[in-house]
Amino acid sequence: MSDNGRTDTMSKLDQLRSLIPYLARYKKRFLIGGLFVFMTNAVGLIQPLLIRAAVDSLAGSVEFRILVAYALGILGVAALEGVFLFLMRQTLIVTSRYIEYDLRNDFFAHLQKMSLRFFLKYSTGELMARATNDLNAVRSLVGPGIMYSINTLILFIGTLIVMLSLNPHLTAFAMLPLPIMVIMVASLMKRIHDTFKNAQEEYGRMTTHAQENISGIRVVKAYVQEEMEKRRFEQFNLRYIAHNLRLAKIRGTLWSAMGFLTGVGAMIVLWIGGTLVVQNDLSLGELTAFFSLMARLTWPMVALGWVINLTQQGIASMGRLNEILNTPPDIADGPQTDFSISRIEGEIEFRNVSFAYNGRPVLKNISFTIPKGKTVAIVGHVGSGKSTLLNMIPRLLEPTAGEILIDGRPIQQIPLHVLRRHIGYVPQETFLFSDTLKENILFGADGAALEDMIEAAQISQLYQEIQRFPDQFDTLLGERGINLSGGQKQRAAISRAIVRKPAILLLDDALSSVDTYTEEAILKRLREVMKSRTSVIVSHRISTIRDADQILVLEHGEIIESGTHEQLLALDGVYADLYRKQIIEEELEEL
Amino acid sequence: MSAFEEETLGKAYDRQLIRRLLPFIRPYLPRVLLAVLALLAASILQLLGPKLTQVGIDQYIQNNDLPGLKIIIFYYMLVLFGLFISRFAQMYLMEWIGQHIMFDLRRAVFGHLQHLPLSFFNRNPVGRLMTRVTTDVEALNEMFTSGLVAFFGDILTLSGIIFILFYMHWQLALVTISVIPLLFIVSLLFKQKVRNAFRQIRTRIARINAFLQENISGMAVVQLFNREKKNFDRFEKLNRDHLDAFIRTIFYFAVFYPTVSFIGAFATALIIFYGGLKIMAGTLTFGGLVAFIQYAFMFFRPISDLSEKYNIMQSAMASSERIFKLLDEKTEMDVIRPRIRIQGRVRGEIEFRNVWFAYNDEDWVLKDISFQIAPGEKIAIVGATGSGKTTLINLLAGFYPVQKGEIRLDGHNIRDYSLFDLRRQMAIVLQDVFLFAGSIAENIRLGNEAIDDERLRRAAADVNALPFIERLPEGFDTPVKERGASLSVGQRQLLAFARALAFDPAILILDEATSNVDTETEILIQQALERLMRNRTSIIIAHRLSTIQNVDRIIVLHKGEIREIGTHAELLSLNGIYHRLYQLQFARQEREKKLAG
Repeated sequence: MSDNGRTDTMSKLDQLRSLIPYLARYKKRFLIGGLFVFMTNAVGLIQPLLIRAAVDSLAGSVEFRILVAYALGILGVAALEGVFLFLMRQTLIVTSRYIEYDLRNDFFAHLQKMSLRFFLKYSTGELMARATNDLNAVRSLVGPGIMYSINTLILFIGTLIVMLSLNPHLTAFAMLPLPIMVIMVASLMKRIHDTFKNAQEEYGRMTTHAQENISGIRVVKAYVQEEMEKRRFEQFNLRYIAHNLRLAKIRGTLWSAMGFLTGVGAMIVLWIGGTLVVQNDLSLGELTAFFSLMARLTWPMVALGWVINLTQQGIASMGRLNEILNTPPDIADGPQTDFSISRIEGEIEFRNVSFAYNGRPVLKNISFTIPKGKTVAIVGHVGSGKSTLLNMIPRLLEPTAGEILIDGRPIQQIPLHVLRRHIGYVPQETFLFSDTLKENILFGADGAALEDMIEAAQISQLYQEIQRFPDQFDTLLGERGINLSGGQKQRAAISRAIVRKPAILLLDDALSSVDTYTEEAILKRLREVMKSRTSVIVSHRISTIRDADQILVLEHGEIIESGTHEQLLALDGVYADLYRKQIIEEELEEL
Repeated sequence: MSAFEEETLGKAYDRQLIRRLLPFIRPYLPRVLLAVLALLAASILQLLGPKLTQVGIDQYIQNNDLPGLKIIIFYYMLVLFGLFISRFAQMYLMEWIGQHIMFDLRRAVFGHLQHLPLSFFNRNPVGRLMTRVTTDVEALNEMFTSGLVAFFGDILTLSGIIFILFYMHWQLALVTISVIPLLFIVSLLFKQKVRNAFRQIRTRIARINAFLQENISGMAVVQLFNREKKNFDRFEKLNRDHLDAFIRTIFYFAVFYPTVSFIGAFATALIIFYGGLKIMAGTLTFGGLVAFIQYAFMFFRPISDLSEKYNIMQSAMASSERIFKLLDEKTEMDVIRPRIRIQGRVRGEIEFRNVWFAYNDEDWVLKDISFQIAPGEKIAIVGATGSGKTTLINLLAGFYPVQKGEIRLDGHNIRDYSLFDLRRQMAIVLQDVFLFAGSIAENIRLGNEAIDDERLRRAAADVNALPFIERLPEGFDTPVKERGASLSVGQRQLLAFARALAFDPAILILDEATSNVDTETEILIQQALERLMRNRTSIIIAHRLSTIQNVDRIIVLHKGEIREIGTHAELLSLNGIYHRLYQLQFARQEREKKLAG
């Protein structure tokens, strides 16, 4: 990633702070959940007291009736604790799932606002990783992370209070190892964070290597590099597990030390407490209660190490999510938007438009005007900037210099959804969703009637083939359904665009997979419907564009020739050359 | 990220998969044994704590024997140290073993991938294969380090506790374990409910991710057609379904944990009640009862833990199933049985005999191709896009087996040689020059130790790459970043030539880059190519005018068939396909050359 400067400067605290709005939404639930944690622990603390009382009573004369009462009491308290434990999970853990749900929705909604430029920067895989792994880590932070933190805190304070009420003197001794624990946790926390980060980075390097290898497998094989590649991978593999083992060493130390120090506390209680009992300053039952209280602390203390781990990971992942969520959409309605505009006519003007990506110029100083209802065709080699130019009309991309006017107004004045509502776009790479054919064709045409859909399918010469599908328009596409041929896909995409009856139709090499005969038929029908509409057509085939009102020839991001077919032929330049080549190609096709 | 696409709903335990995992565990068996010993030590030491407490209370505190108590405290200290060491040793050892098994698995998967045929890579997208090497291996790691270890630990602790309980007071122990059938029933019910709920969660998260992935890939279309709101609503619905399923499992867990605790308390109540009676009867001491209660507490935590391991096991089994499926794919070596070893350098005589080839079924890409190339001869292949040029060199390099006919090298079918021997005789320069992350030198040498610095320099110099390499900040040691994005097309081409020349093979196979380069670079490339072709059989998919003018013969491929063979002049005079291809691909270069020159 080239610019994550913003998030780098965000501190760990800032990452956590960005969670506050999500937590605040469930303030009540957290409060109630906290209460349940408190109740669970409060009731939980009664149990050792009861056991103490029971044991103490056994020291005297034991009555059968009292025994039964104690047994039932313990059972009742346990049942109550169980109920609160249930409620605690039902509130806190469920809330963390709500937050996960909210975060996922927000993430998706935010992606929907981002422009093409953003998706050029972040690959699908990268965004998916954030929506899955990172979201999970954050969920663990707000779920078990928060629950166990609250739990440990309340348990600790509660236990401390009960211990103090039993015997402050002994409590002070029992807590002796505590400062050491605090110091240890504090010092190891940063090391865990750093080592974890290093391990993640090493993992990233290993992954990148594997990815490079798989993408370049032909070269690897061509140069008989398989063994060498295995050795190289092994190095990454080795370094990665070395980091992990370092992490394991720190974690292992932390966890065993926590257990050790808690044990030391119990040992001190046995020693000092034993002495107190001998001196008759403490009852045997009280000592026993102390033991069960200490035993209750052991696990939460060890779990603290685990919670620290969760928190560190959650913070790192929240940072990665914030990197996306804090990227402002670069194309959106703004102060200059005139919301009174509800339709567009279709006149397009480019004024000195330039576009650069990563500092590399793609379009240079492009100017042209398309009057309403006219057709303009664009030709040029691969990489000459044709698609970029087309992408600017529906504002998928925005010029880095110059401006675009629609109906004589700067394009930014038109509300984005109005602009796009009146454009029918057929992209170069056909993208259909794994849904029914009908859903795909009516994708962007709310309120279109069935007749409109059928007409659109007829214009794009798809209707007859659809008639032959078993489920016709209800045929499912994609992995779970049928796979259309390249040409069928393109024609479905054309249907999808024209069913909107757009003021502007944009075809980006939209007939490349369609055979010449069908192309002819589609173009003929299109010309009828597009009579009063503006069209911009990008194509490699002269047959598609020769009848356009104006033809623009793009090369290295510049318009080098423009005019009608006849004018350009007379010019005998790049277009004429292209034309001649195409004639040869047609001849070749027949040989 | 196709991991989401293939949702395998694995069982938590699959004997067949476990059996296949065993060979990966075997090399570490001594350490596993050591870890189990450490675990055993930890478990025993852990149980000694309460026992020492009991002895301390019963024998010393109650008898007011403080010096005796100090001895117990000393033992307690020893136990704590022992516990610290054994716990650390056990945790670290298990992690060590887990990481090494992962290392081996990753190496096995990666190594296996290296030898799979290209057709396999055509079928499987990079993302999916990446998941095997990364996520799937990680899922197994979780099973080895947290699942399996803890499982052993829990089982050991449980058996230890039961043993001690019986040793202390067998009647009371019987009373305590009388709740086990109850626990068993509860766990069984829980497992059943949770299994279905987890299954539901997995399919639903798979749906969310599939939808997300589709929408990210097609975001431009979503935006162009103003579908943001509608698609968001759909996403929210999927998200909601997932949430609902999760809330259900939370409910089961929320019921299960307290139930286990309650059963624990029930056991405690029983102990106090029954133990009280025993104390009355004088067959049990106070200390005995206190220790008994402590052990009983320890008894119930592992039981709730065991249920939690279930999910880890389930996803680990699903992952290992996918990993082993990949490892079962047949490698190139499995298909080809070499019968002849190549000693030294081949002469480089190549013959295609009635070769037919299709990537799928009967969709022939090459039809009945026959031609011969003499040792040292230079051949150019020309043809329109889709005429089968690339396929032809793919077959020669043994990337795919031919369906009909045969390809012969020095008079033997190439299938009789090992792929290693075959490809070592060739330098294959592909159109898209692939550079690895590493230095310039490493990229030329590609791990071949035989290429010393001297040979490296000479090769670079011969293909005109030396001047630009020396201008780089660190010369040959300059790191190549992002697959050589900082190098120009021409420079990358020259590097590939240097690579080929340094290897000095008998056969050169070259797919020329189509991109335009400036005249100066064009001349450099042309000179380099002439030197590269010297003394070896060369087959070039030509895109440059200079190349077709410099070769001995040109083969014209058209729609998968050889239509014309001859020299440049001969073919032009035929006024056939070559003539037209020439006008399409090379005439412009000729004009430009004249203009420039």
